[in-house]
Amino acid sequence: MIEIADLHKAFNQGQHNEYWAIQGVSLSLARGQVTAFMGPSGSGKTTLLSLIGCLARPTSGRIRLDGEDISGLPERFLTELRRRHFGFVFQQFNLIKGLSARDNVMLPAYPLGLPHRQLTERADALLAQFRLGHRADARVEWLSGGEQQRVAIARALINDPPILVADEPTANLDTALSREFLAILGELSGAGRTVLLTSHDPLVLDSPQVERRVALRDGRVVEA
Amino acid sequence: MSLRPSTLALGGLALGLAGLLATWAEAGLQAQAPDPGTPALVRELGLTDPALFTEARYTRHLALSDRHAPFQDHPLGFDHFPSASLVAPPRHD
Amino acid sequence: MTDWFHKQRYLIDFSLAALGRRKVRNLGLLAAYSLLVFVLASVMLFTQGLRQEAKRVLAESPEVILQRLVAGRQDLIPPGYLEQIGRIRGVQKMEARLWGYYYDPVVKANYTFMVPGERQIPSGQLVVGPALARERGLVAGNLISFRSYSGRLFTFQVAEVLPQASELMSADLVLLGAEDFRAFFDFPAGHYTDITLSVANPNEVRNVAAKLAAALPDSRPILREEVQRTYASLFDWREGMVLTVLAGALLAFAILAWDKASGLSAEERREIGILKAIGWETGDVLRMKFWEGVLISLSAFLIGYLAAWVHVFHLDGALFRPVLQGWAVLYPHFRLTPQVDGLQLATLFFFTVFPYTAAVLVPIWRAAITDPDAVMRT
Ligand SMILES: Nc1ncnc2c1ncn2[C@@H]1O[C@H](COP(=O)(O)OP(=O)(O)OP(=O)(O)O)[C@@H](O)[C@H]1O
Ligand SMILES: [Mg+2]
Repeated sequence: MIEIADLHKAFNQGQHNEYWAIQGVSLSLARGQVTAFMGPSGSGKTTLLSLIGCLARPTSGRIRLDGEDISGLPERFLTELRRRHFGFVFQQFNLIKGLSARDNVMLPAYPLGLPHRQLTERADALLAQFRLGHRADARVEWLSGGEQQRVAIARALINDPPILVADEPTANLDTALSREFLAILGELSGAGRTVLLTSHDPLVLDSPQVERRVALRDGRVVEA
Repeated sequence: MSLRPSTLALGGLALGLAGLLATWAEAGLQAQAPDPGTPALVRELGLTDPALFTEARYTRHLALSDRHAPFQDHPLGFDHFPSASLVAPPRHD
Repeated sequence: MTDWFHKQRYLIDFSLAALGRRKVRNLGLLAAYSLLVFVLASVMLFTQGLRQEAKRVLAESPEVILQRLVAGRQDLIPPGYLEQIGRIRGVQKMEARLWGYYYDPVVKANYTFMVPGERQIPSGQLVVGPALARERGLVAGNLISFRSYSGRLFTFQVAEVLPQASELMSADLVLLGAEDFRAFFDFPAGHYTDITLSVANPNEVRNVAAKLAAALPDSRPILREEVQRTYASLFDWREGMVLTVLAGALLAFAILAWDKASGLSAEERREIGILKAIGWETGDVLRMKFWEGVLISLSAFLIGYLAAWVHVFHLDGALFRPVLQGWAVLYPHFRLTPQVDGLQLATLFFFTVFPYTAAVLVPIWRAAITDPDAVMRT
């Protein structure tokens, strides 16, 4: 359960270019659901996701994760929370070049200091789950766009987080690959994971896998 | 699965550190048994200088050279032989 | 604890993978760095070894050497001098020595001709130093001729070559009997080159020297401690000059390291953002970079130091020979006794490992503390 109450986010607060990207968002997001945020460019979708995902701190307002207030925590705790609760799939995938697919998948778990064998086995299982077992040793820059995205999803899942955050996940994919992504989405939510994503793509927004749609405009929720 | 890079790196560093300790050990061992021949020769012949620079008499026997010979010069003085740049002039006291 | 160890290994894995992406560049850096440490460590070990060896063997050199000066130049000791010294209290043993220099036009080298005090060398025979023997291709039993300063040709038989182990001190020596010496140099009878003295009470050396100078105003006593001091400061002299030369190399390296370490590319910045976004703490990023600095600088330190060790103590400092050689033709091949000076080693370690690691860490610091939400917008 994620509860958001009267959330505000200002960029460059107090300066001449102060900008309020989120202006009073209140929402309640159920666990195990796929929620899509939609709205015009600049409406604050990415900003909202990064606030929920503990990548940035709200200027005011509260975010509660399973009843725990996470909005005022210091950076160290935020990092810890992020690692435990959230997996991220970025629009540009943001894989680390020069590393193999397996190493990329393992990266979020490095700070945990798990035994190497255990971690590799887990990474290989995830890669196999996304039909990338044969590409595990390939450098990520040699992978196709679809393969890169599946590596990114595997990476998001390595620490087994309950919540997956995806910003514009299909913006770099063609229709076939977008459909494949939606299929994976279905599997993940079927397995009980909460998925939060933003999209402009009608293919995503109208798909049966998306259970809830939240529309934003000028940093406010317009319909829920 | 191939060797992890960190295994190689830490192994290499460990090897290097072992080498460092080995140099220490070698120095310790050699210090135990210094060659006695040279000091004996020095005592027998009353030698005063190593034969590092044999180019001139005042470089061959630095300790015995005349007071006006090169090496006695002002630090900025220009000496004839390159060895002058390696050895300090004797102190006058 | 095991978690900590696993974690550090992951961080090392990552920094090595990151270094591996610019393999040529980083290997080049490591090579340049190692070379720098090698040169510094070689100079350090070589001078230290030489100084220690000089200290060890010169402890046996005469306590006092007495020269006679004429018009400020060393001159021969005339007959009667010894008797005058004999009257000075505190002098235990004295010995008048015969030695001199000879220039050998065949190999264009200077030799030191010397008459040993105790050892009797039969007339017509020589004992030669190892470097000289090498240069002239001599072994025991060979004949060798020298044309004396008076123009006469003298032929000697080599009775013995001095042991190679003592080459540092004996490289250019030619030992011969007193009669042969006087004949070869036309050395005036009753005259000597200088006098060595030993003093009964070591604390009295300075007093005895003062008495000698008073009794024989034209003499110049040279004390063992002065001799030792000359070699204790060996190579300290104009260290500044050597450092100036090295400073060029150091500066070039500093620029290289700075460029590499501080020129944090947009790519690296982005990667740090990604790492933070996917759950790395600022500290993890810094630790990873710390390992990068340590791996490079510690490797360079170890490679450079060990190479210098082998170079100085096992390859006889081969690269220093041209420097030592100066303008001389004869110079000794000698093997120094390995020496480790903990303080010097620590200094070298500090000045090689520490600055580089810091140079790697400082620029990363700012990048590592930026907010991770920036990755959402790239
Ligand atoms: N770091 C920042 N500094 C200043 N303004 C920012 C910053 N980040 C975002 N903004 C502004 O906040 C507003 C919301 O941005 P956000 O990225 O959340 O929009 P979005 O809904 O994700 O848009 P898009 O659909 O184009 O991705 C935009 O007007 C943007 O210019
Ligand atoms: Mg956006």
